[in-house]
Amino acid sequence: MSVAKPLPHDAAYLHVTGAARYVDDIPTPANCLHLAFGLSEIACGTITGMDLDEVRSAPGVVTVITADDMPFENDVSPSNHDEPLLTSGEVNYVGQPIFFVVATSHKAARKAARRARITYDEKQAILSIEDALAADSRFEEGPRVYKKGDAASAIAGATHVIEGAIDIGGQEHFYLEGQAALAQPQENGDMVVMSSTQHPTEIQHKVAEALGVPMHAVRVETRRMGGGFGGKESQGNHLAVACALAARATGRTCKMRYDRDDDMVITGKRHDFRITYRAGFEDTGRITGVEFVQYARCGWAQDLSIPVADRAMLHADNAYDLPAARIESHRLKTNTQSATAFRGFGGPQGMIGIERVMDHAAHVLGMDPAAIRQCNYYADAEDGGLSAPRKPAASPPEDILDPKKGEDLASRGAATEIRQKAGDSGAAGQVTPYGMAVTDFILGQMTETLLETSGYAERREEISAWNAENPVIRRGIGFSPVKFGISFTLTHLNQAGALVHVYQDGSIHLNHGGTEMGQGLFQKVAQVAAARFGVGLEAVRITATDTGKVPNTSATAASSGSDLNGMAVKAACDTIRDRMAAHLAERHQADPATVRFADGRVHVGEESYSFAEAAEYAYVGRVSLSATGYYRTPDLSWDRIRGAGRPFFYFAYGAAVTEVAVDTLTGENRILRADILHDAGASLNPALDIGQIEGGYVQGAGWLTTEELAWDESGRLRTHAPSTYKIPACSDRPDVFNVALWDGENPAETIYRSKAVGEPPFMLGISAFLALSDAVAGCGAQYPALNAPATAEEVWRAIGRARGQVRS
Amino acid sequence: MNITFLLNGETVELAGADATTTLLDWLREERGLKGTKEGCNEGDCGACTVMVSDENGSRALNACILFLPQLNGKSLRTVEGIAAPDGRLHPVQQAMIDDHGSQCGFCTPGFIVSMATAHRNGARDFDDQLAGNLCRCTGYAPIIRAARSAADQPIPDWIADAPVTATANRFMPDSSDALAKLYEANPDATLVAGATDVGLWVTKGLRDIESVIFLAGCSDLKQVSVSDETVRFGAMADMNTVRAAIADLHPSYAEMIRRYGSVQVRNAATIGGNIANGSPIGDNPPALIALGATLHLRKGDQRRDLPLEDFFLDYGKQDRQPGEFVEAVSFSRQADRLKCYKISKRFDQDISAVCGCFNITVSGGVVSEARIAFGGMAGIPKRATAVENALIGKPWSEDTVSAAFSGFDEDFAPLSDMRASSSYRLETARALLSRYFAEDQGVATSVLEVQP
Repeated sequence: MSVAKPLPHDAAYLHVTGAARYVDDIPTPANCLHLAFGLSEIACGTITGMDLDEVRSAPGVVTVITADDMPFENDVSPSNHDEPLLTSGEVNYVGQPIFFVVATSHKAARKAARRARITYDEKQAILSIEDALAADSRFEEGPRVYKKGDAASAIAGATHVIEGAIDIGGQEHFYLEGQAALAQPQENGDMVVMSSTQHPTEIQHKVAEALGVPMHAVRVETRRMGGGFGGKESQGNHLAVACALAARATGRTCKMRYDRDDDMVITGKRHDFRITYRAGFEDTGRITGVEFVQYARCGWAQDLSIPVADRAMLHADNAYDLPAARIESHRLKTNTQSATAFRGFGGPQGMIGIERVMDHAAHVLGMDPAAIRQCNYYADAEDGGLSAPRKPAASPPEDILDPKKGEDLASRGAATEIRQKAGDSGAAGQVTPYGMAVTDFILGQMTETLLETSGYAERREEISAWNAENPVIRRGIGFSPVKFGISFTLTHLNQAGALVHVYQDGSIHLNHGGTEMGQGLFQKVAQVAAARFGVGLEAVRITATDTGKVPNTSATAASSGSDLNGMAVKAACDTIRDRMAAHLAERHQADPATVRFADGRVHVGEESYSFAEAAEYAYVGRVSLSATGYYRTPDLSWDRIRGAGRPFFYFAYGAAVTEVAVDTLTGENRILRADILHDAGASLNPALDIGQIEGGYVQGAGWLTTEELAWDESGRLRTHAPSTYKIPACSDRPDVFNVALWDGENPAETIYRSKAVGEPPFMLGISAFLALSDAVAGCGAQYPALNAPATAEEVWRAIGRARGQVRS
Repeated sequence: MNITFLLNGETVELAGADATTTLLDWLREERGLKGTKEGCNEGDCGACTVMVSDENGSRALNACILFLPQLNGKSLRTVEGIAAPDGRLHPVQQAMIDDHGSQCGFCTPGFIVSMATAHRNGARDFDDQLAGNLCRCTGYAPIIRAARSAADQPIPDWIADAPVTATANRFMPDSSDALAKLYEANPDATLVAGATDVGLWVTKGLRDIESVIFLAGCSDLKQVSVSDETVRFGAMADMNTVRAAIADLHPSYAEMIRRYGSVQVRNAATIGGNIANGSPIGDNPPALIALGATLHLRKGDQRRDLPLEDFFLDYGKQDRQPGEFVEAVSFSRQADRLKCYKISKRFDQDISAVCGCFNITVSGGVVSEARIAFGGMAGIPKRATAVENALIGKPWSEDTVSAAFSGFDEDFAPLSDMRASSSYRLETARALLSRYFAEDQGVATSVLEVQP
């Protein structure tokens, strides 16, 4: 059967030959026009004058569009209608689009855009967390608080109390393919848009709004992205809307792609956080209670910041059974790029909070950092997590109360407009700080296995001995677990559709609402389809995501792609298969349930047909060979205001051990070895899953080490190109890199009992950060309180702290 | 300009080619070859890597900062020309499929071309060969597996290209004499060697450059000579050539060159360009100043020599007359006491926050000579004179090193920027002197040398 096979990516051949087509590679008519934004140069203020004469007169310029030229909605926000495509008055960050140029070439448009003369009435910008708190500049009315028990008393009664803070930097997505869109005007005012997006329905919605047409007049197609990582969930709206406006204005095909520097200056990034903490511990290492305050710098517009900050709160426990917890979350509004979705969606930041607490407590108690974690774990499910989780007692339907007209229902940012009713989960036994029962925990066993296979205990001793002999270079080792909640926390997004056609020659056309950004979703889903029909992969053609084929799709995000779309495709395939089986069974007077689809053939009683013959018979027998499939995740119920219910269908787990070396003179550091054990359930494709794990780990480690975003005092992003923003290069991966899959099935009823794997491995990179902390802690008696990213300079500062020195 | 080159085996003759059109734009927009990708448009990501061959072999280069005239007389292979004309895959392509080396696939064409070039050259230092190709999806592990598994496969015969004859052009001189004459007559022209810097004036600065002189034809400027007395690099020696020539003489300098740019950048960048552009963060000047290098300048038939450190007058200002160009740089043969320390956020392909180069001679336990120079610590590459003076004549000891620390405050007042803070730069500069001393005592000081 095609599932569980380690098949290559569906487009691997196209990738290696350069034939894989991205938006900017699509052939266009000779008169295609190209767009570029003119950007604000200040962080905060009001535009007082806009002289665009030199822009209009620049070579190749066809037209220039400002906010005044937008007859309908001027908004590209995925949530709060607070993000105009083009600003005409208020300027909110350096790099905000003010106008766009439509020209005969990409370069002509870029050159012309720089000729604008814009004057401003500049105001004091709110840039930092301190600035925002002082000005009470925030989204939502005040901080959100989730609570379990009485954390303050639990901490007060503890033997040991630790407190501290950690700064956690943001992260640029650095998808290799920058944002891009192409709009082709159609008859009757319709528009076709090709977009490099994780969310075609969002693009469709925003383009329709901007053109003042119903969604049926806009069709969006996405074959693939050159990387997304969350950066193409909402950030492609600007380009698609601009292209559609220009295409309508000129009647010509219009294309826009950001130059890399523009991409980094304009688009949102991962939220940077500061987390302060207080926690109580017993001598045994058992935590009694913890209080977190999470400050998220959200940038100037709301975008997806509310659910991102929620998810940070939902991962403040990570893998630990916290007897009492209080999590307070501030969503701060600043004059910087509007921070957005990025792999993990706040989860990584929340998780670092509790990992810091464990690291700090281990240091204070003199305990092994892995042991203190094990002692605080949730208990493993008795049967190893192989039974289905117990359903919550109450699971009332969501109640969508009068969504505002034009509300972006398919966006994760819609959360504030939709009230979801959730009763108490009725969960007993171990529950998270938000009241969800943890019934599928397996990290106890996984951790024992990983510590054993990675030689953790022996290596810790070896490292200790090595450090005793080396005055300059120190090694360190770190362990961290991951428990990541799977589902969109905006419950209604947990649905998906598929469209499957079987043609009379037995070939299968497959379509679903998920998008391909490199993760291998299309191949996994094709494997499901091939398995349902019992045919080889060559019989299945995977086609571009298209809002005209499957409507009302959710973003390919939250690791949900194969869970949701795999099930929808299965449903569509089974519908057709059942019709074919019924037809053949009738012909052979057999029970339809006995018809088998396997090895490219259809078996009915003693007879067997090739799949193509069976398809032909069905067609001639006037049996429909086309079907939609639909899936919605069961058993979810979540009240994000109260912080109670069951937001997640299940948890995905992983664990990692990382070893590093640190130069104590300069803070330079590198990863020597990583050992990873990750839970992908019964993997649909082990090769693709291991690819996600290796890639996620390196991306996560990059976030916490070399990837540093720097803004200057005027709010200008100084790290806006790969020359200044350093994602991991080839030699930054661990020298020794052992990755294994935990061999288990998902107790939840997912597609072939697999588990989501897109985001969870990202957080395995936290082990590298903890290994650095371990190496640095050995430099002195104090806890080094390492901040992220742990660049050479930050490690050097932390070494100073360990030694009780102040290094500015 | 009129140029001739081979594109995937096919002769291309362009009449009146624009001097500053990049190869990437031409491939994608004029030629319709969309396999070569634009990832950053500044030579840092490698998505646009192409293979360029001539009588000196095959090199990987970044097409985004390569001007069309630089291809004159070369054979070019893009990703479309890596598989056989009949569709058979190159071994690195098959290996990338088999080892799951592509995910989103956008960086993949660049990787394929880098890998095919390394394969053709028999190079197996894959981390270095691929340091200039960024991938955001895979974490590189499967790509390296693929490179390894293809390494022993034979080089496909279709990769070899016939030589091409360059078309003569007035602004492509073929010797330093011709250049001297041309540049003296056109002192406002921009000299282009590898275009790793000037390329960005065009792709990022969006500048129109009126007059360009391409130096690639001046083969006499590419000469490297190592005699018993002197090491001399012609200004047009590319950084891979410099690295190879210096590897046995001053291995720490060669290691710094390995890190300072990717293969693609080192293949294009020249030592003369790195000096002449006067950048305060170029990595060659501190090393060369520490070696006591002399710069050789020429204008018309006039030549003059000056100590390299004297060339750098102030930020953005060099001691160079209109029409005068860097002909060569040389330094005396000497016992190797040079250590080059490059501090940056990432080890490979990153600009230095601090580049400290130390050349300290110890005779009979006493410091007899010290030449120390830094990049990133001032507006120009600069000698640490006060530190040198604090060391010379003193016993080579930890106490002397500590006593010299205050010299750094006299020598430097570095800036804070996105690469590092002022205090980190200053403290690290001191720490690098400690490192030099520790290393001299046989203590392990490099995280790169620690093995798992």
